[in-house]
Amino acid sequence: MTTSPLLDASGVAKNYGAVAALRNASLSVLPGEVHALMGANGAGKSTLVKILTGAIQANAGRILIRGEARDIRSPAAARRAGLLPVYQEPSLIPDLDVLSNLRLTGTPVEPFRAWVRELGIPDLDLRDTARDIPLAVLRVLDLARALAVEPDVLLLDEMTAALPANLAEKVLEVVRRQGDAGRAVIFISHRFVEIAALCDRATVLRDGETVGVVDIVPGIEEKIVELMLGTRIVKTQVARSASEKAAVTPARPRITVHSLRVGTKLSDISFDLWDGEVAGVVALEGQGQDELFAALAGSIKPSGGTIEVDGSPVKFAHPIDAIRAGIAYVPGDRSEALAMQRSVRENIALPFSAALRNWGPIAMRKERATVASAIQRLQIDTRAQGEVQRLSGGNQQKVTIARWIAADARTILCFDPTRGIDVGTKQEIYKLLRELAGHGKSVLFYTSELEEVQRVCDRVIVIFGGRLVDIFPVEEADEPALMRAAYGLPRGAKADVGILADPQSPSSGTIP
Amino acid sequence: MSSTAITPAPVPLGRRLKRFMADRPLIPLVILLVILVVILQILRPGIVNERWIANTIKFAIPLAILAGCQTMTMLTGGIDLSVGTVATMSAFIMATQVVNQDPAVAFLLAMMPAVLIGLVNGIGVGVFRVHPLIMTLGTSLIGTGCLQVYQRTVIASGAKIPDFLAWLGTGVTYGFPNALLLFVPLAALIIFTLARTGFGRLLYAVGDNERATRLSGVQYWQVITALYITSSVLAGITGLLYIGLIKAPSLSLAEPLVLPSVAAAVIGGTSIFGGRGGYTGTIIGALILTVLTTLLTILQMPEGARRILFGLIVLFVTAAYLRIVEER
Repeated sequence: MTTSPLLDASGVAKNYGAVAALRNASLSVLPGEVHALMGANGAGKSTLVKILTGAIQANAGRILIRGEARDIRSPAAARRAGLLPVYQEPSLIPDLDVLSNLRLTGTPVEPFRAWVRELGIPDLDLRDTARDIPLAVLRVLDLARALAVEPDVLLLDEMTAALPANLAEKVLEVVRRQGDAGRAVIFISHRFVEIAALCDRATVLRDGETVGVVDIVPGIEEKIVELMLGTRIVKTQVARSASEKAAVTPARPRITVHSLRVGTKLSDISFDLWDGEVAGVVALEGQGQDELFAALAGSIKPSGGTIEVDGSPVKFAHPIDAIRAGIAYVPGDRSEALAMQRSVRENIALPFSAALRNWGPIAMRKERATVASAIQRLQIDTRAQGEVQRLSGGNQQKVTIARWIAADARTILCFDPTRGIDVGTKQEIYKLLRELAGHGKSVLFYTSELEEVQRVCDRVIVIFGGRLVDIFPVEEADEPALMRAAYGLPRGAKADVGILADPQSPSSGTIP
Repeated sequence: MSSTAITPAPVPLGRRLKRFMADRPLIPLVILLVILVVILQILRPGIVNERWIANTIKFAIPLAILAGCQTMTMLTGGIDLSVGTVATMSAFIMATQVVNQDPAVAFLLAMMPAVLIGLVNGIGVGVFRVHPLIMTLGTSLIGTGCLQVYQRTVIASGAKIPDFLAWLGTGVTYGFPNALLLFVPLAALIIFTLARTGFGRLLYAVGDNERATRLSGVQYWQVITALYITSSVLAGITGLLYIGLIKAPSLSLAEPLVLPSVAAAVIGGTSIFGGRGGYTGTIIGALILTVLTTLLTILQMPEGARRILFGLIVLFVTAAYLRIVEER
């Protein structure tokens, strides 16, 4: 290395209680470089970014900016040091107009205007209230606002997500030119195509540690996927007995989704869900899986396509319609599903009272028996059953599932049910999902942890950028295959790796 | 430490007491009620007798029923400020219609605006998502306006209080106010509904986490519409009872009961944010407020000072009660 790095962080560690979010992360960015920061979900990317931008404090580590040790205590300090982030969420205050928002951060107006034009929005009125501006434009404005103060290091978190192709192209172009001007950009993205087109080097994080820094050359993505996964490539045992698989295949699928479209988030999704199977959905954060589950659960209306249940087309206007069709939704966020101040029993029995005809006196004895058997089945620790909010996270999650066991739903849509719960409970939930499939129920299971796919699923449905990438049997779904698919790379063949060799097509080619 | 058994550290009495109270939130309320009665007896020895008790109960009952409306709506995170107007309307219509009509017909006419206002409230809150405070305040104003128009049309016919209502409102049998004949079944029904029916469960659940109930298949507008109609009908019945007690129909008959009914529910431990509370506490809350009013009346203070004191005591009691009961 001939030039000295603009930003040099090393040995950065951050603990939350006993959990280490970062162990030993390092990141070194040279002047004039666009540097990719990569890693699987939970690898520590966002923690590292938060530390660099002063949002949280590291427990250990050293951060040098232009060779000087700096203590970045707050976002304002990071700004003074020349580090400026553009986050995924728009940061303009919705109720102020653009001009007031600029004043708030002391951003010079003229450079801002110039950048906005440069980024492909010729006709912005600074008097517009931020709330009335479309999301894609807001993200561009955030970027322009950051560019206007000429930071040394610009930190872009998934900058091109939610941008239409023409804006994304302009953004990428501007970012590339930042590098030419001797400044540096740290670029976080899930899209190999963009990284190939834009970045000079990539730092890969895994389990809170920097595991490699690579130059971006054609064919490097294999190596990056390997680095992201590390030694976990060892194939895990498929926890499924042969007898279970021998069940008679039903004549028609339980649910058929055809060309499903939800706004701009999800387009042209088609797949079948069969009785007696657990189908896994694999996707990176925010690729449209939320919308897919919400549409199947009846909580949002799809804007196109059809859903068929048992062969007949359905239109869900309210979750009750889905529930009547035997489809139950277990959201990933427990606080979305539970009445926290009420008892375990009332929470489990909640769907029983939903329909108008069940508003009368409750058959207490029958309810107690049903609830008790669901509690028994899921082994819920009921020492604190008076109020659900006193239960542990794992037990709360079990309550959300127990509700639908008690209601005997035929299809369960499980959205990341094991997020943030302990290992023991995770195992129990895997077992339960397999049991359900064994009893002829169908389960659609989204998980953010790839290793769970092999433990639980029969088939894998991969979504990227709101589109279906691939559907394949679990036998082929080892972690590298899943990881590649989740990043929108086609399955198997090394021959297809050519995507990175063709940096000329940044806005196309993500989807095979 | 080899042979000595480990004795648990003694829990301080204050903490134990607090935990005891937190598990049984009604006990501090009953204690407060008794304290108020004792103070009254000390200030005016001999005042607490059979007649006084019957009188207190008579006046507490209309308040307690209206507070029941507030309890149920507050459980869902709402409030019903139209109960005063609804009660007044049904009372006024009853008193004027019964002059020329059969009492049964007059009763039906009297209950009509109650059902209508409840329906409008329910649709406004449940379907159009108007904030309950604004919605019920709005319908309350509209109702008062309509009543003024109605008053002009019946001004010639005069008004009378049906004997039955006077008997129910003021009568005492064997020392028991007749109003209890209405109130006891009504209160039992409300308590049963809240604890043991699907509808009651939904009120708590909707107030606790509306999104969760939606995912469980609950249709919010159905629950809310049914709730506000129920609340309005209860208020209408209260109006009929109250006219039998006050015996002077006016256009602001039950209006002074509205805010005390909210206070009674809050003192009784129902959370204004929804999901927490019950009707038993509310009944005691209504009794406390009624006794407090008597207490302040016999102190022979100027009206202004009495109101200030009333407000302060309500605030203090509510704050203190929440501190005692919320152990977390």
